[in-house]
Amino acid sequence: MHEGDLTPMIDMTFQLIAFFMVLINFTQSETDDRVQLPQSTLAKPPEEALEFPITLQLTRQGSVIIGGTEVLSIEGLRPYLLNEATVLQQREQQASEATVIIRAHKDAQTGKVQDLIKICQENGFEKFALRAKEDVGN
Amino acid sequence: MKIRRSTSSGKDTIELQMTPMIDIVFQLLVFFIMTFKIVSLEGDFNIQMPLASQDEGLPDENDLLPPMRLTLTANDDGQISGISLNDRTFTSFPELHDYIASRVGDAGPSGSEDAEVELDCDYHLRYEYAIKAVTAVSGYVDRDTDEIVRLVEKIRFTPPRENAEATD
Repeated sequence: MHEGDLTPMIDMTFQLIAFFMVLINFTQSETDDRVQLPQSTLAKPPEEALEFPITLQLTRQGSVIIGGTEVLSIEGLRPYLLNEATVLQQREQQASEATVIIRAHKDAQTGKVQDLIKICQENGFEKFALRAKEDVGN
Repeated sequence: MKIRRSTSSGKDTIELQMTPMIDIVFQLLVFFIMTFKIVSLEGDFNIQMPLASQDEGLPDENDLLPPMRLTLTANDDGQISGISLNDRTFTSFPELHDYIASRVGDAGPSGSEDAEVELDCDYHLRYEYAIKAVTAVSGYVDRDTDEIVRLVEKIRFTPPRENAEATD
């Protein structure tokens, strides 16, 4: 039985597998295709992960995505924030220690972002992080 | 593939079944290719905004720099139409950045900690421009060392305009 030499092919295939394995990212980054972040040259990934992050995503139309559910108005976010605050209290944490990560679409209205911050403040959140995409084209 | 023994003749060779292995290897390869996603790096601008600071608090007497109020106005389309810091107007974000850099730099090394900028944006301004403004005032990337030099670290937003009239 004639058999070609398979060694180079298997070598290459394993190389490829190793490449993709190294690059794969299992971290559940809460990204959503509906939100396109604005770019900023200063947006560098944080060195350490935030302790109590709560991600709010603001779409272009002004709806908010929290934990996978879309809330159509900012005012409708209250029960969710209250829930987050209760969860934090059960863990004996203050809402002021949690960080609210705001991922807003680049064409969203700034006023909506301010409304979002305001409603979070009313629920006791104090730390905010405005997320932006790293601008590499410089 | 044949395993050859250098000493013995080619008589007692062991045939390795390659087909199952290659099957599995290709399965793995396909899995990793399918799940591969280029994640663009993201970073945060941290802002501290407790509710109490919403009302115009008394300026801290230790402040070397009075809080700067950056006003961004927008046209109907949401594009930026005006940038002004206190009473000075700027035509572009780089210009604003240079001014901030010179002003904060003058205040000494502690300048970046004391300086405070309050953003007052039109409600319908596109968020992109707010981030550009935050970028312009919060620092720059040093071209030589590729490190971020911080300028203004305290950044706040004014209360939203539609709900609360700006108090001057």
